[in-house]
Amino acid sequence: MSTPEELQLGPLAAHDGEPTFDEPWHAQVLALAFALAKVEVFTPAEWSDALGAELRRATAEGEPDDQNTYYAAALTALEGLIAADGRVTSEGLSARAEQWRRAYLNTPHGQPVELSAGS
Amino acid sequence: MTKHDSDTIADIHEELHSHLPSEPALRVKALESLLVEKGMVDSAAVDAWIEVYTEDIGPKRGAEVVARAWTDPDFKARLLENGSEAIQEFGLKQNHLEVVENTPEIHNIVVCTLCSCYPVSVLGVPPTWYKMAAYRSRAVRDPRGVLSEFGVELTDDTEVRVWDSTAELRYLVVPQRPAGTEGWDEAKLAKLVSRNSMIGTERDLSSRIAEVD
Repeated sequence: MSTPEELQLGPLAAHDGEPTFDEPWHAQVLALAFALAKVEVFTPAEWSDALGAELRRATAEGEPDDQNTYYAAALTALEGLIAADGRVTSEGLSARAEQWRRAYLNTPHGQPVELSAGS
Repeated sequence: MTKHDSDTIADIHEELHSHLPSEPALRVKALESLLVEKGMVDSAAVDAWIEVYTEDIGPKRGAEVVARAWTDPDFKARLLENGSEAIQEFGLKQNHLEVVENTPEIHNIVVCTLCSCYPVSVLGVPPTWYKMAAYRSRAVRDPRGVLSEFGVELTDDTEVRVWDSTAELRYLVVPQRPAGTEGWDEAKLAKLVSRNSMIGTERDLSSRIAEVD
């Protein structure tokens, strides 16, 4: 139960205790970024710059100041860094996302979704 | 076909196929599957990372480091001198870690104004508010106001030091050990140390004593 003091906490503190990730893909984005920085596909500084630029853009465009905006910025930053590396292209990514979408649509409910179902 | 019928058909279709993930979730899935195929990431390592960091074990590691700093002056000296090196004694690896200590005269608070740089290996994944634009801008412009929102009221003669993290420099705050914890061992002390106190948005840990004791 909250004490009277806690109830008076301001807007930022009101977010304290919220889950770190609202959706599984939030965790996956950060996990991929850490994994790729570890194998030096990009440096931590490049990641921080790319994420910072996306967050500034989101703020400038009036996106809500919330987790979804943060993780969407992280995903865009990650896609940009990966495209810059060149081994995975943005065309390849779009095609693969579309293939996964078809795989989900083609797989009966309750069965494991395999990428081949979207070919 | 009536509107009702087309809705019903859509519902049935929804029932028949697997739940379609959201657009960003599909993009992440595409990324991961391509990166794995190219041998750029190991899916087991990605899953392991998620398992570790969603279980929120992060702050517990930081709390253990702080508890040792409270009980072992030599360790504290090593920690303040070179944080990255000292935490290796716990088997932890965090490059460029700078440890700052609260005193009766000084309060430290950490932010990353650019994005969300954070000592992940000692504190886990940063909390929601740490990543918000409101915190990233206001912690520097109005640290006392932000602290007040978190229930930290400082006297005018307490100096506030704001540390802006970067990819090359991460910070950990050692909060003050509260009075009334004399004779406590490291494990018990570690339970007192909150995540926010190691970021600097909590100062007085004495209110947690009753909870832990």
